[in-house]
Amino acid sequence: MTKDAAIEAENLVKTFGDKTAVDDVSFSVPTGSVLGLLGPNGAGKTTTVRMMATLTRPTSGTARVAGYDIIESPRDVRRSMGLTGQTATVDELLTGRENLRLIGSLYGLSGSYIKRVTEDLLERFSLSDAGNKIAKTYSGGMRRRLDLAVSLIATPPVLFLDEPTTGLDPRSRLELWDVLRELVNDGTTLLLTTQYLEEADQLADNIVVIDRGKVIAEGTPLQLKDQSGAASLVVTVSRAEDLAMAEEMMRAHVPEVHVDAGARQLTAAAEGLQHMTRIAGLFADSKIELDDIGLKRPSLDDVFLHLTGHRADDTTETDDDSRTPEEVPA
Amino acid sequence: MTNIDQGHRLTQRPELERPEIVQTSLLRQSLSITRRNLIHIKRMPEMLLDVTIQPVIFVLLFAYVFGSSITIDTEAGYKAWLLGGIMAQTVAFSAFIVAVGLTADLDKGIVDRMRSLPINSAAVLVGRSMSSLLHSSIGLVVMSLTGLLIGWRIHTSVVEAALGYLLLLGWGFAMIWVGIWVGSAMRSVEGVNGAMFATMFPITFLANTFAPTDNMPTWLRTVAEWNPISSLTQAVRELWGNDQPLHPDAALPLQHPVLATLIWIVVITAILAPLAIRTFNKRTAS
Repeated sequence: MTKDAAIEAENLVKTFGDKTAVDDVSFSVPTGSVLGLLGPNGAGKTTTVRMMATLTRPTSGTARVAGYDIIESPRDVRRSMGLTGQTATVDELLTGRENLRLIGSLYGLSGSYIKRVTEDLLERFSLSDAGNKIAKTYSGGMRRRLDLAVSLIATPPVLFLDEPTTGLDPRSRLELWDVLRELVNDGTTLLLTTQYLEEADQLADNIVVIDRGKVIAEGTPLQLKDQSGAASLVVTVSRAEDLAMAEEMMRAHVPEVHVDAGARQLTAAAEGLQHMTRIAGLFADSKIELDDIGLKRPSLDDVFLHLTGHRADDTTETDDDSRTPEEVPA
Repeated sequence: MTNIDQGHRLTQRPELERPEIVQTSLLRQSLSITRRNLIHIKRMPEMLLDVTIQPVIFVLLFAYVFGSSITIDTEAGYKAWLLGGIMAQTVAFSAFIVAVGLTADLDKGIVDRMRSLPINSAAVLVGRSMSSLLHSSIGLVVMSLTGLLIGWRIHTSVVEAALGYLLLLGWGFAMIWVGIWVGSAMRSVEGVNGAMFATMFPITFLANTFAPTDNMPTWLRTVAEWNPISSLTQAVRELWGNDQPLHPDAALPLQHPVLATLIWIVVITAILAPLAIRTFNKRTAS
């Protein structure tokens, strides 16, 4: 148990009937950091978050949020966290301002405080102009931002985000990422679930990979990439006619070279940075001109494939996680 | 691209201002939610159709289309007699409104959002109940005005008049539990509509609401006279002086309609409130 952890899950288990949705999940999130809970649909991410947000009681195990036990003091947990669910749960018939005011008043915040923070949040999430329009007229990105703003009305130290960018267009996703980075800058601890490896890579300090209810790996994005084997050395030659010569030269130093003639690229397993510098030196001494030489680390996609044997977006044999609470027989 | 070059934690600012979260009362929380439900009505006035246009149309249809062939042994005739029935039907339908609203909130994750807040989890239901009673009250006002226009009058004391309205609202209260139960059990608004139409229409018609039970076939008359809606309708008519002399062999509840209605309200609430809360909790905790 870490002293400085804002979120700690301890052997969380949740079963629905004979199906185990979450199977002995433990992790810890240091204060002010971002944990990415990464996994495909049906992996148990949503159920894990619902347990930690006190919406669902664990079958066994527990968790602490901002130091409060989710089972013993759920009310304190709710005071300390904000939750942004998978579907933007804003009230469609209320305006942006009314949505913020409703949740603010439910928190018991003072009227003047709500007024001030509402304007701040609308400004920060680029919703000032839309503040008096009903949320039904908002775009998907605006709804997500409003949803997030609503979760922040009481400035909770811990924020749970369940697939915050699912269904967003690339631009809205980038905008939301920026907002999330800003929150972390302000000292908020974030737990975000995602199916997007890139998202975890971009935002998370630590990643917990979960598949079929179980934690199958954890570490920094870098560590996870290292886990799935060596990086590869990628050399791009300037002239296609040099390919053969370059291949021959590399073969003297590495056992296997893969040639992609179309891209004028040679790829080989690299044993490290020194290895790369040595080969770069060889090319420098030769007449072969290079466009590029570099190390390519495996993407998180490769990592996922390596860890699970199936791709992250492979949803066969798994239930749709977004429906877990509804569809699984209770 | 890796995230080592983001440097997104280098410029950590001092701790944010965290506001004081004050523990508020269940009433205040429920009022916040009621207020939200009222904004819904403001934004979608068609939500009031069931307590405005629909009962008015029923009043006019029955009063003028069927009314001419139904003779009621009172001074003001069928129109004044009818009004108590329409009001009883309308408050019975408030179960519908509660169920539709709750299912929509459950379906859209609004209930989960509320449950993730440090509030009394009953506030969602209490708020919904308070707005439902307001909703029914609007209907009672609209129908009273319509009644006054077509010749309906209350012929009794202020106390009895008020008692009639209170009994209707009491019925609306019992119906809230039916609404919460159905709303928590159904997965979609369409499901609620289907279930409610299939049950509420026959129940509210198989009664003394629109036609006297005297001339019904014996078995149907028994069903109609023991129907709780008939007790309520008869009670309201009696309290307002719109009733016709009761047939001497009318069923027991119709002989003592006010008491019967009160008993029904207590029985329905006692059975359905625990059931509704259990279904709601089971639905939300999964």
